[in-house]
Amino acid sequence: MRGITPWKVAVGLTAVALAAAGCTSTPEPEAPKTDGSFIISWGEPQNPLVPAGTSETQGGVVIDALFTGLTNYAAADAKTEMANAESITSADSGATWTVKLKSGWKWHDGTPVTAKNYVDAWNYAAYSPNGLVNGTFFADIKGYDKVATADPDDDGPKEAPKPAADKLEGLAVVDDTTFTVTLGAPSNLWPIKVGYSAFMPLPEAFFKDPAAFGQKPIGNGPFKLESWTKNVELKVTRFDDYQGAEKPKVKDVIFRVYTDDAAAYEDVKNGTIDFQQQVPQAKLVGDLYKTDFGAASSNKPVSSSAFLAMPTWLPGYNDPKVRQAISMAIDRKLIVEKIFNNTRIPMNGWVNPNMAGFKDGVCGEFCTFDAAKAKALFDSAATKPAEISLAYNGDGPHKAWVDAVCNSIQTSLGVPCVGKPFPTFGEFRTLVQTQKMTGMSRAGWQADYPHIENWLNPLVKTGASSNDGKFSDAALDAKLKEADGTSDLAAAEKLYQEAEAMLPALMPTIPMWHSSQQSVWSAKLGTVTINTFGELDLATVTVK
Amino acid sequence: MGRYALRRLLQAIPVFIGTTFLIWFLVWGLPGDPFAGRCGERQCPESYVKFMTDKFGLDDPLPVQYFNYLTNLLQGEFGQTFNGTEIGDLLAQAFPVSIKLALVAVAAEALIGITAGVLTGLRRGSFIDNLVLVSTLVLIAMPIFVIGLVARYSLGLASVSPEAPWVELIIPGLILGSGSLAYITRLTRVNLVENRRADYVRTAVAKGLAPSRVTGVHLLRNSMIPVVTWLGLDLGSLMGGAIVTEGIFNIRGIGGLLFDSINRRQSGVVVSIVAILVLVYLIVNLLVDLLYGVLDPRIRYE
Repeated sequence: MRGITPWKVAVGLTAVALAAAGCTSTPEPEAPKTDGSFIISWGEPQNPLVPAGTSETQGGVVIDALFTGLTNYAAADAKTEMANAESITSADSGATWTVKLKSGWKWHDGTPVTAKNYVDAWNYAAYSPNGLVNGTFFADIKGYDKVATADPDDDGPKEAPKPAADKLEGLAVVDDTTFTVTLGAPSNLWPIKVGYSAFMPLPEAFFKDPAAFGQKPIGNGPFKLESWTKNVELKVTRFDDYQGAEKPKVKDVIFRVYTDDAAAYEDVKNGTIDFQQQVPQAKLVGDLYKTDFGAASSNKPVSSSAFLAMPTWLPGYNDPKVRQAISMAIDRKLIVEKIFNNTRIPMNGWVNPNMAGFKDGVCGEFCTFDAAKAKALFDSAATKPAEISLAYNGDGPHKAWVDAVCNSIQTSLGVPCVGKPFPTFGEFRTLVQTQKMTGMSRAGWQADYPHIENWLNPLVKTGASSNDGKFSDAALDAKLKEADGTSDLAAAEKLYQEAEAMLPALMPTIPMWHSSQQSVWSAKLGTVTINTFGELDLATVTVK
Repeated sequence: MGRYALRRLLQAIPVFIGTTFLIWFLVWGLPGDPFAGRCGERQCPESYVKFMTDKFGLDDPLPVQYFNYLTNLLQGEFGQTFNGTEIGDLLAQAFPVSIKLALVAVAAEALIGITAGVLTGLRRGSFIDNLVLVSTLVLIAMPIFVIGLVARYSLGLASVSPEAPWVELIIPGLILGSGSLAYITRLTRVNLVENRRADYVRTAVAKGLAPSRVTGVHLLRNSMIPVVTWLGLDLGSLMGGAIVTEGIFNIRGIGGLLFDSINRRQSGVVVSIVAILVLVYLIVNLLVDLLYGVLDPRIRYE
């Protein structure tokens, strides 16, 4: 029996304590093993293991181990780094892109990775009758509307017509390591989007039998598939021919299926397995997981955040001072602690920390709770709402925090504040989009790709798709436009940051909090980095 | 007896078809969208939904779907799950694990339960009798997940490893069988107490047979009929019904698979598992009935 005795538990805990102490003083003297292995708590993927056919986390983490695309997002700051691509360049400010691949890259079956592998994979994924989940990611590329068709009457009797073409017009192979991409509309940010797993290549073997490939994928990534016992565990092993910059520090990684996350948590605790990406709900109460794991735990934001949309077309709400006062009247820290058990992280800016270009504390004092200042600012406004309301959809778990936010506003500003539930999310969204709201409404945003631009253009630009408050400011729009037109990524990022810096004075929306993920790991793991997707960065993990 | 067994096996066919159809119908009628939550945080694109609906024939009328499934099943094809896994592979992995677990549980029930039952039945009113009565009461009253969680977390046990070796299954098996163990103890005891007053026991004693032979052969054999029935049915129900124990110890067996598949609306997996469980029940039931004849010479099958 592999049950463990109290003695072994005690040793384990001491080891954690020592490791924690070791971090702060001298570096670990013991060299990490290179033939080690570790086990991750996992769940069966929802779809076959094909990059463009996987969008949930369980499949995603394995895809990221098996495949490497053109670019990577750096685990630390989400900056785009070249991976399989040597360069991605555009001579005509983002209308056509030339992708040059690094030479010498190999698939796990020994065949070389070529430009054709990319073009074929993308054509297959974009062609709608193939039914891949991430097909829509190719919508930017010229000719997408000819390979992907939509059902004309949703659930009705008519069916989506067969697409006119089965290849994207915008893709062309130049030679073995070069291909060109023509976009439907120029975009300087396109190289940032291709870091997502939908854009990963597929080997020749895939096209011979796509269904079989999904059960036994052949990738070009740092690890190759060793075995997959369905509903039990999946094992990957280091690919020695891997050409990427970050080579794995361990030999094997095992993904073990757990039905009950409480059992997995307990197993990380007693050292049977080594990593759990999200601890169970019950361990969040009173930060129990921190007590159990100490330094071997993390509370990291994930790429989605909550805002309050302001109806800027209404008198009172159209005054930035009122919006700033409301923002200052909300005690985010207390609400996050009391209502969310610290599973949210208070926001102090408009951009999620997982994004390239994120800067901390942009919002400054306007996102910091200060009842007295808030009241003074509110009272100094010329027109102000007589009553503040906050609308939300009643089919989601929002009542508790909405009431808490309203309570905080009411106490600080001395104005009545009520939460306004609408029965369904659909109804709620229709009212928001048709400008029928008579007060504030809740809004959420999840990143499409980890870049600051994705948190500004769609949310605060005039007429943007998710600009719920119909906010509009000419100077901000001009700044964003300038950034969009800048082809140098670093320079563009700076301009987007300048645009975000304009927001505290304008207060287009009220930033609330980021969702976060609580992970724990065993004392066996050395370097633990959690990437922008909230996954453990497998290649950098060391084991003791 | 051969004809009896044959008749019983033939009866199993309509039972089998009836239950599988019923389950198919029930799974099909489950509320919720099989494609909800399958694409991460976003809604699934309609091209994907259409592709999957066509691939798995989810648009066909219910009887057509069931007929297709049954035809494939008769050819030994269980079909695939939504992520392309062969259902046959899933079953081949999960059933041996569950059978092992159920066997450990039933063995524990039989060994401990019958021993305790005999001890208490022979010494009615003694200290042992009262002790066993109280402890079985506790076992019966306590839900299995309480026993399981307490055992796992207070003893600091690890999960069972993927290969599910016998030795790691002992404690989960004991926990799984704990409730039935208490019932077996009580059943054995009651029957023993009752049969001790029977005429054939008095005759055996009067004939001058050794007390061990009276108890072991005459008394126990006749008292075993309800116990064997219970054990037989338990073997079936423990295989599919060990969801809680399997979850607590992360045993990759049928119970967890069934639970998961119902949640994911994988009707192919659910119906396949239930179909096999129905077969197991039918066969175990037949075996139990045939065992009656062995245990009690008065029972004959024509």
